[in-house]
Amino acid sequence: MTSHSKTLSLNRRTFLRVSSVAAGGLVVSLYFDRSVRGQEGQPQPQSQPPQKVYPPDAFIRITSDGNIVIQVNRLEFGQGVHTALPMVLADELDAEWSHVVAELAPASDVYKDPLFGIQMVGGSGSIAHSFQQYRELGAKTRAMLVAAAASKWNVSPAQCRTEASVVFGPGAQKASYAELASDAARQPVPQKVQLKNPSEFRLIGKPVRRLDSKPKCNGSTKFGLDLDLPGMKVAVVAHPPVFGGKVKSFDDKEARAIDGVRDVFQIPVNVGGTGVAVVADKFWPAKQARDLLKIEWDLSGVQAADTSELLTHYRQLATTTGNVAVTRGDEKALEKIPTTNRIVADFEFPYLAHAPMEPLNTTVRFDGDRAETWAGSQFQTFDQMAIAEVLGLTPERVTFHTEMAGGGFGRRAVTDSHIQREAAVIAKRMRGTPVKLIWTREDDVQGGYYRPMHVHRVEVGVGPDGLPAAWRHVVVGQSILAGTPFASFLIKNGVDGTAVEGAADAPYVIPNFHVSVHHPTVNVPVLWWRSVGHTHTAFVMETLVDELATRAKMDPITYRRKLLKPDSHKLRRTLDLLETKTANWRLPRGRAKGIACHECFDTGVACAVDVSIENKRPKIYRATVAVDCGMAVNPLTIESQFQAGLGFGLIQLVSGGAITLKNGRVEQRNFDGYTPPYIIDAPVDVDVHIVPSTDAPTGCGEPPVPVISPAVVNALAKLTGKRYRTLPLVNI
Amino acid sequence: MSRIRSIALLISLALSCALFLLMAGAASFADEPPVSTAQGLEAWQQVYSVLTHPRCINCHTATHYPQQGDDRHRHFANVVRGPGNTGVPGLNCASCHQKANADSTGVPGGNGWHLAPLSMKWQDENDQPLSSVMVCRSLKDRSKNHNLDGPGLLKHHEEEPLVHWAWNPGRRPDGSIRTLPPLTHEEFVAATKRWVEAGMPCPTGK
Amino acid sequence: MATYRLNVNGRQREVTTDPSTPLLWVLRDELKMTGTKYGCGISACGACTVHLDGVATRSCVVPVSMIDDRPIVTIEGIGADPVGRAVQNAWIDKDVVQCGYCQSGQIMSAVALLKNTSNPTDVNIEESMGGNLCRCATYVRIREAIKSAAKQVK
Repeated sequence: MTSHSKTLSLNRRTFLRVSSVAAGGLVVSLYFDRSVRGQEGQPQPQSQPPQKVYPPDAFIRITSDGNIVIQVNRLEFGQGVHTALPMVLADELDAEWSHVVAELAPASDVYKDPLFGIQMVGGSGSIAHSFQQYRELGAKTRAMLVAAAASKWNVSPAQCRTEASVVFGPGAQKASYAELASDAARQPVPQKVQLKNPSEFRLIGKPVRRLDSKPKCNGSTKFGLDLDLPGMKVAVVAHPPVFGGKVKSFDDKEARAIDGVRDVFQIPVNVGGTGVAVVADKFWPAKQARDLLKIEWDLSGVQAADTSELLTHYRQLATTTGNVAVTRGDEKALEKIPTTNRIVADFEFPYLAHAPMEPLNTTVRFDGDRAETWAGSQFQTFDQMAIAEVLGLTPERVTFHTEMAGGGFGRRAVTDSHIQREAAVIAKRMRGTPVKLIWTREDDVQGGYYRPMHVHRVEVGVGPDGLPAAWRHVVVGQSILAGTPFASFLIKNGVDGTAVEGAADAPYVIPNFHVSVHHPTVNVPVLWWRSVGHTHTAFVMETLVDELATRAKMDPITYRRKLLKPDSHKLRRTLDLLETKTANWRLPRGRAKGIACHECFDTGVACAVDVSIENKRPKIYRATVAVDCGMAVNPLTIESQFQAGLGFGLIQLVSGGAITLKNGRVEQRNFDGYTPPYIIDAPVDVDVHIVPSTDAPTGCGEPPVPVISPAVVNALAKLTGKRYRTLPLVNI
Repeated sequence: MSRIRSIALLISLALSCALFLLMAGAASFADEPPVSTAQGLEAWQQVYSVLTHPRCINCHTATHYPQQGDDRHRHFANVVRGPGNTGVPGLNCASCHQKANADSTGVPGGNGWHLAPLSMKWQDENDQPLSSVMVCRSLKDRSKNHNLDGPGLLKHHEEEPLVHWAWNPGRRPDGSIRTLPPLTHEEFVAATKRWVEAGMPCPTGK
Repeated sequence: MATYRLNVNGRQREVTTDPSTPLLWVLRDELKMTGTKYGCGISACGACTVHLDGVATRSCVVPVSMIDDRPIVTIEGIGADPVGRAVQNAWIDKDVVQCGYCQSGQIMSAVALLKNTSNPTDVNIEESMGGNLCRCATYVRIREAIKSAAKQVK
């Protein structure tokens, strides 16, 4: 075999391994490790991460001038991984931090998430999954550098020490990592390596400022949308007004008359629809031309989703039992409790768009036998495969550059890779020319892939001690995983775990507990949205628990302590810390304290807010957050995630936080209709307190989001006496 | 005898002068009968219908924000009045609104785009238009209206660029043209004129 | 197509483009200055904020034909201004950015505020920054950084 074909066959094996793992045993998100209780007794699919020997220099490049360039194996889209993972590696490596340069790794097998076996970011897993991996990479590289030095000096490695990118020998010998790099690369990669004792950490656990701040503050960071290549063209696509609609005919005469327009043609788009692509020299002529297209759409045969119709349907479904997610105790326990001790609560949640600040975009160049692409992708493996499929190539023939992304929140992780497919189709036609596909903000707001709409109906029977004795919970909402590669093994007994997580596995001791779910089929593409099911389940659980606490005339923290499972260590610790940190809150009239706690992605969070009502909106003076995320790798990043994540979560409450449909058409167009929180909506001050821990680190990207809405609403309930169960808040 | 003729001549001269003056005076209203109070009130209602149209009233708010759109919702992006009715540093009216409409981007514009001062509010603090009586009184109140008298108000309605803008309001971002007030500008000016000439009567009541 | 002479960050630049082209796209696509960002295209988010004759301006809605000779300062040039430098340094010191995409606009708005109001109150900050959207919601640190920069500028 020539080395070429050997490389190919190796890659093909890897490619096949990825698909079979994806179909057979891949766990997409950490939360699935916690089995939904109803399936207790069923063994969890033990997915062994494929044994890989990472060539260290796939992750680290030590340049001759001493820079230590570290590849980050997942997208940086705000969460701080661009700094945190290099920190971890640099600490074990004993690298001088000021020499460290971080790069976003391109798509390649070596960069796959060690737990999930695909290159991706999501599930708040960056640190949780790659902490150990990056520690080992750093330690192994250090060992190789020391081995090289020891060999040069004829001493034993044990006699050497390292500090700030220098190896010191037992005598006066010293050599920089730059000097040793090429010798070190020839050393064998150690199979095992000694990691530091946490007491030896110099970076891990310290508040380290982000590496990407300065260029993001002077306009020099290039995001995907900023890419410029010689000869590049820009494409925009006219999408059908109803998902899955098709072009019947179009008149592009006026469009083509715009100066700079190169081509106009029909293309397939997502969910079986078709659209019209406009390719131009630059964005503005492309947009002008698209506005001038006269398209007749064929909307027959596709469901025209309508929010008010869906609500009626969902409300009706919520009164019936769905597919059972968890059941314990006596199903009839509720009926045995007098109606005066029962609460019936109906909740409604709208579709939510992710609307990351940087509109979606991808650049593809197709050269016949290979292709090159640039994207701020959360799902490099899937996206690379999709582009390859459209272009008739194998994935390894698609060079995939990961670009810095302006936010994501889940929107850049789409299993149908619809953006990449659109771009590839256009690039195929414009062979040899790089094409940058841009989705305008309107395309984004109206383009689907939303957090699904949900209805919950909960019936609670309150016991004589004021704690819930019986709990019957029906959730209604589209399945996110249906139709994806994950469906076959992650939807069990008709239950998509992402719709009930946070409720079915609630950490509260409720003896008679029944959670079921209906997954209607609706012609609206849906997707995981930062913290996924927890966005709505935490709201339901924490507002109801608070209501029960008020009913029992108990302090809300005390009540939760009574109700929590004894082994809910993280939540107990955060509640304790929160209580300490808010003990001195003395709120004047017109302001109330609301609290909520929630655990997701293995991180426990408790939050208190100080709220008043001003100009018919909640004004949040202050939020205090207690977090248990195991070992805090970068407390500055963690603080940032929580300070800002709370603000992000508030989109569920602000009056503009809803996507609605009428006759199949999304009613909102842009930020004027779908309005996320601005500075006035966000808390003024947020203090974050991290529970000291030596446990394995867990994620902080999503955990801030679920707690803020119930905490604020629990405060509002104190101010107005009203219960708020329909989001967003329109009339406080 | 000649003295009597002189006196008669003088008297007839005086009379003709008076008659001439009378006729000259009448000639300025030669084609228009004098405007009655009833006609003036009717003219006022026409003026009021324009003033309370979104193209005008959206900037005559009683709050710290302008409105936009035919449904007169609060202007997006939290833009605020500011101390000089021109927004605040970082978020001025001029941050987006230029001297003319930008039809390619859907942002209206006019010379000196700003909010009418609070003294010229035509709404209450719940964004409801004030009654015809209240707007009428407010419009005439020289302590509130930059000391404009009737002719001054007429001139304002005739010549002020931002008033003109209401009849050339430009395109929205979706390409559609903003709706126009219920009268043409000429009709609006004519109604204002009639109202002024009637002595600026205001309806009674609240 | 028409030719325009623009004063950008103190330099004379000439572009030939459709008169309706927003300044944002002239900066990005003609002058290859991508620091000024496209977030919405309807002036609702502020990512496109530049200074036009000293006034913070949303370049996505101002056609190039309306610029005339008004000097333009962008994020690439604001560091030459002492207030600009103070704001950028405060942003770095307080570790404000997350994804960073909105921050060019945030900084340009904050500089406009501080050049006008040397000791802004919480209300001043809320009002002047009130139209700058950050989807990551880094607002808490934006407030802190503005207050910190205000101290440096004194």
